[in-house]
Amino acid sequence: MNRVSRVAVGIGVAASMMTAGIVPATAEVDFSGQTIEWTIPFSETGGSAKWANFFAPLLSEAMPGNPNVVVKFMPGAGSTKGANWFQEQKHTDGTVMFGSSGSTQFPYLLGDPRVRYEYNDWNPVMASGTGGVAYLNAEDASLFDGSANQLKGKTFIYGNQRITGLDLIPALAFNMLGMDVEHVMGIKGRGDGRKMMEAGESTVDYQTSSSYLSAVAPRAEAGEVVPIMTWGALGADGSIVRDPTFPDIPTFKEVCEATDGCATSGDAWEAWKGFFIAGFPSQKIAFLPAGTPQDVIDTYATAFAKITNRSDFAEISAKRLGKYPVFVGADSKTALDGALQISDSARSYVTGWLMDDFGVSLK
Amino acid sequence: MQVFIEAIPALIEAWGLILSPAVLSYLLLGVVMGLAIGVFPGLGGIAGLSLILPFMFGLDPLIGLALMIGMVAVVPTSDTFASVLMGIPGSSASQATVLDGFPLAKHGQAARALSAAFASSLFGGLVGAAFLTFFILIARPIVLEFKSPELLMVSIFGLSMVGILAGRVALKGFVAAGAGMLVASIGEGPFNGELRMSSYDYPYFVDGLKLVIVGLGIFAIPEIITLLRKDQAIADRPVLGAGWLTGVRDWWQNKWLSMRCAIIGVVVGVIPGLGGSVVDWIAYGHAVQSTKEKKDFGAGEIRGVIGPESSNNAKEGGGLVPTLLFGIPGSGSMAIFIGALALLGSGELEVGQTMLKNNLNYTYAIVWMLGLANVFGTVLCIALSGTIAKLTNIRFALIAPFIFMIIAFAAFQSGQDLMDLVALFAMGLIGILMRRFDWSRPAFLIGFVLANPVENYTNNATQIAGIRFNRGLEAGFEYIASPINITLVVITVISVVVGLRQAQNIRAEGKVASGGKRAPLMFLLAMIGFIVYALIDTASIPGYAFVDAIFPVFVASVSLVAALVLLVQMMLKPETDDVFADREAGDEAKEMRFGLWRTLAWFAGLLLATSLFGFMIALTGFLLLFFHLRACVNPFRTITLSALGILFIMFMAWLLNRDFPQGLLQTMTTLPWPLG
Repeated sequence: MNRVSRVAVGIGVAASMMTAGIVPATAEVDFSGQTIEWTIPFSETGGSAKWANFFAPLLSEAMPGNPNVVVKFMPGAGSTKGANWFQEQKHTDGTVMFGSSGSTQFPYLLGDPRVRYEYNDWNPVMASGTGGVAYLNAEDASLFDGSANQLKGKTFIYGNQRITGLDLIPALAFNMLGMDVEHVMGIKGRGDGRKMMEAGESTVDYQTSSSYLSAVAPRAEAGEVVPIMTWGALGADGSIVRDPTFPDIPTFKEVCEATDGCATSGDAWEAWKGFFIAGFPSQKIAFLPAGTPQDVIDTYATAFAKITNRSDFAEISAKRLGKYPVFVGADSKTALDGALQISDSARSYVTGWLMDDFGVSLK
Repeated sequence: MQVFIEAIPALIEAWGLILSPAVLSYLLLGVVMGLAIGVFPGLGGIAGLSLILPFMFGLDPLIGLALMIGMVAVVPTSDTFASVLMGIPGSSASQATVLDGFPLAKHGQAARALSAAFASSLFGGLVGAAFLTFFILIARPIVLEFKSPELLMVSIFGLSMVGILAGRVALKGFVAAGAGMLVASIGEGPFNGELRMSSYDYPYFVDGLKLVIVGLGIFAIPEIITLLRKDQAIADRPVLGAGWLTGVRDWWQNKWLSMRCAIIGVVVGVIPGLGGSVVDWIAYGHAVQSTKEKKDFGAGEIRGVIGPESSNNAKEGGGLVPTLLFGIPGSGSMAIFIGALALLGSGELEVGQTMLKNNLNYTYAIVWMLGLANVFGTVLCIALSGTIAKLTNIRFALIAPFIFMIIAFAAFQSGQDLMDLVALFAMGLIGILMRRFDWSRPAFLIGFVLANPVENYTNNATQIAGIRFNRGLEAGFEYIASPINITLVVITVISVVVGLRQAQNIRAEGKVASGGKRAPLMFLLAMIGFIVYALIDTASIPGYAFVDAIFPVFVASVSLVAALVLLVQMMLKPETDDVFADREAGDEAKEMRFGLWRTLAWFAGLLLATSLFGFMIALTGFLLLFFHLRACVNPFRTITLSALGILFIMFMAWLLNRDFPQGLLQTMTTLPWPLG
């Protein structure tokens, strides 16, 4: 590298810090001299990255001694790589943190052979959720009357990312509603599903709350697409209630109740609900590794509580994460336990359905 | 008319967007960095974008775009310095400029050649930007109709260009592209996550190889190693001389040639995957054909400078067409550009149809930036030509260690794994051998870049087509045989036919001598070995996950047939045939002051030392030893230069909050940053 370009980089550095405000976390004065490394098992562009990048500076402020909080990315194998890595981490000084997501939870619950991590070994300190919205194009939506009864004669096309991932939720929901859905398997991400819907190649789609708000809601306002249901949110009593971000859109539970042949009890419903709880209301969880002493866990819990108690928290988080509860400390442990409670019957129902309808064997 | 009226507000809004001091200063910064990257032989757009990639995360989208466009736009302007003054292409885009630019400089007309080149570059760049504007206007309504089959066809069209790139032995280019696609297939299959040519015991390969590593390895490393082996003496360099105005006048007299070559640049740039590696040769060929008096070509004909230089800046505008319109990279550097775009802001920008639909103002902001950057670049090149010319006087042995340091750092950022460096070294070795035996490296990179879209769109298109054909023949044909798609098929077929006929005249990497049979044969056998391994490995993917196997098995089978035909050719033909091309057998080998393996050993040493002691300790030792033993500078400069390098890399790492590769030592003891 020559002098000119070195100077150029230097200018860039100074300019970027001033104008764009991307002051790196190291610029923070670190009283305790420690750096917390928060590893996210996905790439820099996903939802988990947005989530961690939202909390990292707040955590740095809230932790005693204002340590640096650095978000690191370890993408691979749909987060299995990073989670397997975290399983091997031992407590040293409390500076290692990990963020899992629904995509980490599903392979674990389904007994994927590549999973070498054990959720119950880890110590949750914060959990937060999201929701999802399913929508149709305007023409098909005219057949939707709050129930899926009139949708039954039609064949829908759905872009499916991975049937053993979060797309299990919509796929099982469509199946329970008796909709005839052809799955185009192996699309690259939910963004591709949205694009296929825009090009008219697919005819049913779902997006998580933040993507729905930014990319689909404008089209819904223009009347091009119509939301038919959300997956709902988890009420205090453990039942499914309307999603607070979309209070006007009925939940899958309501649509199911209104649809002939769809039951909100029994194996199928219990399986759907179990996987929904595992995948959405506590979708992203921050963990400390196995063997972390209680005082360290408490320090983190207090810090996260400090963040959620900020007077402006509701406002800043609604913009970036949606209106969903954030569980801290002991509540996050409860949330995790809820997310991991898949009954054997629900699991075997889903594995059987995956084998029958998709030919997927988890061996 | 309608489309034009609709676009005008977006164009004006885009102009307003970029007219902020922050955006303009970043554009200027990008231009300065692009000029610097372009001056150095071996470094082009891929290397430049890889270096700034880590800075992109979370940056304001406009500012990030300004930085990247500024850099990409002017590399073909400043790479002329090296081509004219040193007789070495400053980047792959100005290889043809050397043919007449260097002789002109030897006749004391360097300034004339440079100013003609800058005038042509500026003109070409502006033509490219204008074309991009126009193309977006007319193509936008059509592009918004594109579905998976059309996007697949655009990618296949890009792949079909391998025929043009292949050079004298078309089959070699074909196999190279196949190998590129197979390398891109390494890792988890995109559909069922079935492993291809990798294992969980070696987790590095599960994620596949990153473009940054393949691009730097295949393109940058072979060039740098070659230059380092030559280590040209300073006395060879001509002086600038006078004649700045003569050069501009030369350009004006040849403005129509310049215009035609700019259009050639735009059109070639539009073709996905082809990028800049051939455009200068095509333009040069046109300049020769359209000149009556041909005797001066190769000895200092100014038209031989104006042609390629008009085309290589114009191609950036063309290259942005597939990139922005379809999200399919126009070239290797555009592939990195797409990756970088996803990092900007909160990831709201997404090239392709979404951007045309929702962010038309950003799309046009890119056009304006492209035009402005070309103007900035030309002005700076002329204003600073004396200083920049001096840069080319620095011995390459004094620059190379820094380039290697930065490439290693950039490669390590892609996966934060020591294996990144091993992979970089391995790809570099493959690149060196491909260059030596005249296997098309652009074809390899096209295969690597387009493998993903082709596999992805094939998957979506075939499944949807299947579903629609089940519904009825009409629904099926309506989907796959749309007028747009039929047009694309026709264009592809025509381009393949024309391309294969023209390929004989295009030497993407110059002339190569032929030599003994053994070395080229061994390289071919190694290629066949890799293809057979890929075939066996992916064919053994269990039946329930067969979708993950289709693409690599198909590519490997076809490549294997082509490679076996090559093998038969080698058995039948004499050793003077083109199929036995070997640079080490020709004149180039005689220019080399140092052996290949001795030069490469320096970097193998850096790698080995890193695995033992970590990057910082290894780098310190490497810099000190290299400057002392290889560059033979005095102890004071050795220490100063090494210290500067170390400080720079520490500054970068601190700024980006990144670690350095760790070695065995770091696993045993805890060392303070940056050593640990």
